[in-house]
Amino acid sequence: MEALKKNKKIIFNIGLLVVFVWLLVTSYSQSKRKPDNIGELLNDFSWLGGKWPKWLDLPLMNWINVGFKTLNEKYGYIFEAINNVLLYMLMLVKNFLIQAPWPLVILGVVVLAYFASGRKVGTTVFVGFCTFFIGFLHPIFWQKAIETTAIMLIGIFLCVVAGIPLGIAMARSARTRNIILPVLDLMQTIPSFCYLIPGIMLFGLGAVPAIIATFIYAVPPLVRLTDLGIRLVDTEVIEAADAFGASKKQKLWGVQMPLALPNIMQGINQCTMMALAMVVIASMIGTRGLGDEVLLGLQQLNVGRAAEAGIAIVLLAIVLDRITQSYGETLQERTAPNTKKGK
Amino acid sequence: MSKIEINNVYKIFGNNPLSVMPMVKNGANKEDVLEQTGHTVGLDNVSLKIEEGETFVCMGLSGSGKSTLIRHLNRLIDPTDGEIIVEGNNVMSFDKEQLIDFRRHKMSMVFQRFGLFPHKTVIQNVGYGLEMQGKPLEELNKIAMEKIEAVGLNGFENQFPNQLSGGMQQRVGLARALATDSDIMLMDEAFSALDPLIRSDMQKQLLDLQSELKKTIVFITHDLDESLRLGDHIGILNAGKLVQVGTPVDIIMNPADDYVKAFVKDVNRAKVIKAKIIMKNVNEANDIDKSNLIKVNEDQFIEEFLPQIVCSNSNCEVVDKSGNVKGYISNKELQTSLTKS
Repeated sequence: MEALKKNKKIIFNIGLLVVFVWLLVTSYSQSKRKPDNIGELLNDFSWLGGKWPKWLDLPLMNWINVGFKTLNEKYGYIFEAINNVLLYMLMLVKNFLIQAPWPLVILGVVVLAYFASGRKVGTTVFVGFCTFFIGFLHPIFWQKAIETTAIMLIGIFLCVVAGIPLGIAMARSARTRNIILPVLDLMQTIPSFCYLIPGIMLFGLGAVPAIIATFIYAVPPLVRLTDLGIRLVDTEVIEAADAFGASKKQKLWGVQMPLALPNIMQGINQCTMMALAMVVIASMIGTRGLGDEVLLGLQQLNVGRAAEAGIAIVLLAIVLDRITQSYGETLQERTAPNTKKGK
Repeated sequence: MSKIEINNVYKIFGNNPLSVMPMVKNGANKEDVLEQTGHTVGLDNVSLKIEEGETFVCMGLSGSGKSTLIRHLNRLIDPTDGEIIVEGNNVMSFDKEQLIDFRRHKMSMVFQRFGLFPHKTVIQNVGYGLEMQGKPLEELNKIAMEKIEAVGLNGFENQFPNQLSGGMQQRVGLARALATDSDIMLMDEAFSALDPLIRSDMQKQLLDLQSELKKTIVFITHDLDESLRLGDHIGILNAGKLVQVGTPVDIIMNPADDYVKAFVKDVNRAKVIKAKIIMKNVNEANDIDKSNLIKVNEDQFIEEFLPQIVCSNSNCEVVDKSGNVKGYISNKELQTSLTKS
């Protein structure tokens, strides 16, 4: 056991080497362009010069296609279930907001902004006007903005439900962090169309793949900031909690989460902004909303219409940003350990 | 039985501390271990005993391992080797639940940078230990208010820590540690972050509280004057090794090595040494001129009667509380005791 522990790194590296060799062998044996006889390669070394040899090709494409097909055929019911649940939630939010009289919706936004910003009148009035101007730009924008918002709200809801626990798990164990970090990197760097289009195949056209894409695109910053926020809590404060006998749970909910909250709110804010960016891209797979208007304007070479819709998106962004941002700020003022700002 | 016993504790920081243990046990010094293995020796064979009701001051420069040592007592840090016994129980044998219970009831801690919860009010901070003990809110608030009053912070109970000055914040830290009513209080450089006036004020407050409460206090500091003022016993750490343990007078009169000597070199001896330490017994003091005597109490510090003696060029007669003559101090001895190092 002791010897195994000591040589863990070497064993791991040997394992990696084995996997690499296995990849070489399988890709060679599956290749259609391989030479008739492996001996040819050893006699004639011309394949080492010039172009990449055609038989040296990892068949990842085939593997993914086969996997995707079985996923779609055998486990389709799972995706359908997810589809139905998300669609139901979306309709609930959308119908509620659309059926409500528009002045009431504006009032709701204003009240929300007022309390979130810690009763700052300036911010509240500004947010109110921005909301009004969304509909004022073009009557149809009001409904489109609500459709967009509904998709975002569901997307952000999923982000919060999955992202915050993930962030907590990362902050608690270095091993979990080492596993999740590369996945987050992947989610942030892979071009969004790479999962938008497969999303259509699994969930069909419309809002649901957009929600899924929003989730993939927007969840990484929330996870990262939750993790960072918890780890940034002053070590002496954590020691104090430990020294007075706080259990792990008490420490998390009583000390770490409240102190990490400004960072988590920042994460939700970032999440919101990225979700909004995704909603526009998602219009290209037939998702209805403000992005759809931009696309339409551009297709008709109607620059004015596209610009109008673009401005509406910016206004929506401002409204959502102010509400989430200012909530984080009010929290921060109190919990910042070193600033001396009295109330 | 001592309240706290630390037996042969080693702490090594690094990737594989156990592999370095034989080397450290064979007496390799800190620099060699770091150079050859990349491990840092935090504590090197530390053993000491702390008695009930005393204030034990642990002193050393930064990096000497004093903060590491105090964190071993409530296992915020686990030792690499050795045992820690509190009230006869081996702390190392505790499982998770026992450890939490132990921390809730037996020990409380005050931190250098206060370690207050910035999102809780003063009263919530002070009540934190009680909350962990599971006390009902009403009782919690009552006890917390008592402690807030004890440290002189009435009227500030609903403020947040960042609205208070450094000294006031540390009073909150002190009140929080007092509130749990644990026998043992750990104070990690508790007053080091405060400016000198407030520090001396806090020291006085601690002495006053201690004379009433008689807790076992383990106090960490790098300030010799502070340790002489507060400590019943002082332990001096250098590079993870305990180089000397003794009473303040021991440390000043008989420093164990050059490191301790360098420490006590600049100390104001008149402030620390009492008359009874340097007096000669009655039967040994035949050569003293007894015609010109000034009476001093045996527990007085030299500082208190020095000016009188110097001005009148006289000798001292040392008496105890009821007036019995205990011994004499000649003018000359007084002078040498101040300059000897």
